[in-house]
Amino acid sequence: MTELSRRQLLTEACVGAAAVATPSEAAAIARPPKQMPPDAVGMLYDSALCIGCKACVAACKAANGMPAEIPAHLSDWNENTWDSPDDLSGRTLNVIKVYRNGTAEKKDREIDGFAFVKRHCLHCVDPSCVSVCPVSAMRKDPVTGIVTHNPDACIGCRYCVYACPFGVPQYDFNNPFGKIAKCQFCSHLQKVGKIPACCDVCPTGASLFGTVRDLEQETSRRLSAPAGTSYQFPRGRLGDNRPPNEAPVPSYVKAVYGLREAGGTQVRYIAGVPFPRLGLPAVPPVSPASLAEGVQHTIYQWLIAPIVAFAGLALLVRHNLARGRSDDAPETQGDRP
Amino acid sequence: MGATRNSDVDLAACLGPGADEPVRSAGGLTRRQVMQFCAGMAATMGLSSAAGVRMAEAAVSAARPPVIWLHGQECTGCTESLLRSSHPTLDAILLDVISLDYHDTLCVGAGYQALDYKHAQMEKHRGKYVLVTEGGTPLKDGGIYCKVGGKTQADLVREAAEGAAAVIAIGSCASWGGIQSADPNPTGAVGTQAVIPGKLVINVPGCPPNPYNFLSTVLYLLTFNRPPELDTQNRPKFAYGRLIHENCERRPHFDAGRFALEFGDEGHRQGFCLYKIGCKGPETNANCPSIGFGDVGFGSWPVGTGHPCFGCTEKETAFRKPLFALATVKTLTPPTAYPQVDAMKGTGITPGAAVVIGTVGGLAVGAGAMLLKQMGNGNKIAGDASNEQGSP
Repeated sequence: MTELSRRQLLTEACVGAAAVATPSEAAAIARPPKQMPPDAVGMLYDSALCIGCKACVAACKAANGMPAEIPAHLSDWNENTWDSPDDLSGRTLNVIKVYRNGTAEKKDREIDGFAFVKRHCLHCVDPSCVSVCPVSAMRKDPVTGIVTHNPDACIGCRYCVYACPFGVPQYDFNNPFGKIAKCQFCSHLQKVGKIPACCDVCPTGASLFGTVRDLEQETSRRLSAPAGTSYQFPRGRLGDNRPPNEAPVPSYVKAVYGLREAGGTQVRYIAGVPFPRLGLPAVPPVSPASLAEGVQHTIYQWLIAPIVAFAGLALLVRHNLARGRSDDAPETQGDRP
Repeated sequence: MGATRNSDVDLAACLGPGADEPVRSAGGLTRRQVMQFCAGMAATMGLSSAAGVRMAEAAVSAARPPVIWLHGQECTGCTESLLRSSHPTLDAILLDVISLDYHDTLCVGAGYQALDYKHAQMEKHRGKYVLVTEGGTPLKDGGIYCKVGGKTQADLVREAAEGAAAVIAIGSCASWGGIQSADPNPTGAVGTQAVIPGKLVINVPGCPPNPYNFLSTVLYLLTFNRPPELDTQNRPKFAYGRLIHENCERRPHFDAGRFALEFGDEGHRQGFCLYKIGCKGPETNANCPSIGFGDVGFGSWPVGTGHPCFGCTEKETAFRKPLFALATVKTLTPPTAYPQVDAMKGTGITPGAAVVIGTVGGLAVGAGAMLLKQMGNGNKIAGDASNEQGSP
């Protein structure tokens, strides 16, 4: 293979890669997006209702048997008494964080205000962690749509940690026999007719459990209600007859996080400040799994990629061998006396 | 803490000889006792110990300020609470610090005799007396739902306020109507300020208010001849400047997400936060957690005993919001111990690490380059050698 042809090959490869990167091409290559199960369950987290009491964090730890976590910068005054995780980790499945700007005087105001945000698994419709898991330890329930993790099947490769666009699955690096930790929507409680612990304890209804279908209606009701008017915010599970939390409608940012992100998620956010301020990543509307699987399943169909690769290698070796013989032959002949 | 320590020093300096002999004008209290009481009051209000000395001077001066105390629609709980103050006891205050010339509950006289005396005192001390109102005032139907001596409460308040140097409304009823003003408010009950809109009314709300908040306000008035610093609802800031939620002894439970979910459950027995069973501490301004009630020590206030605060010092909360409805959390700023959404993870590379990595990397690259060069030379040499060997 000559120098010129190699350059041509590389150039063409780059052009091809650029073509793949354009959205239309990506959509053409990507496999069709997966659909949400009709009875999928989810959660609506309303940042404007959240008072930052961390009842959900405490309840999550209790329901899932997770240990308390005290970060180093708090350990001087907080010696294993006050669970205060900094972020999701191998020991924390659910965390409340705060957005703070300027004087932080008023809640749900972008400038000189503050807001709370809850972070845990969003239970994607088309989850990347399930797609990358080589041993099917990550699974998506076909009925509820809950993304679960089976530690007995897990080999600890941590592909899911790198694949998740929201940074949810976490590996416990502090444990020599560490495991992947991830919110499983308290599926062990749901099996016995209960609801996820965080939604169960939330005092204001900021974390609300229900079917995604019902939650979507509730979301649009809230976003269309005029700010300041009285509203009966349901608590616990949507549709249960728990006493609601009557409060004025906050002024929402008229958008829903999780509606399209990464091909849609079953956990949705609404808030009084823009989502990037709350540290929610800007994720394209296409599921990374559908794109990656589209590419992989195309080039590996009928073993095309290996066959092409081996054929190319064989040609190269054959070509080089021939050249080697032709190079050697005249030299040895010429040197002979 | 500093004020208390200073006041001890000042006390010793001010008291002089004979500190433990009863002062006649202080009705049997020793000078030391009077000084200690006033220094304590000054500390309650966050004033300097010098103010305590001035208060003591004002309190034992011969001219005790006359006080007219009117009762409207109420339960006398404010007076009952005041009667149980113990440092000093109310009798010492009433008989020695102030001159309580008229009080519906505590009057010795009765009927027209008492009323005549009230009128005489009001005329005599016109422009000098302090008017204290306890209880709401009905305005509906001409105010006929509360009358004393044939006159409506509204008229009595207006009449007494006219010649008053200062007006203090004690309790939630006098401050803004209280329980009888709750929906549907059949008597049209209002607070004292609504009856005399032109005059400043110092509100000391509470159901009942802490007696020391009232006594401190009175002593401040006596000492400085002006009301203490007031908030937008005319409550003294020294007592009502902070949310209960800020100083509550159960606050750490709130911040850690530990809540009593119902009365008598495990969390309730453990002393967890009462927010979820309706505590109004997060929206109520009062100093209850700091000074407690009844002088029996720490924890002697509603939340301390296990019952949610019902917001008695707030106009829009007590008797208006359901007892077990959630409070609106008026956080001044978000808690500092919470993780930030934009927190940096890790500390980046340190200069030392950069030097080590750079050195090792550079060495590796250099060594690799040298190795390749050597290999190329070696091949050539080896090739030449083989050629030379092969040539003979």
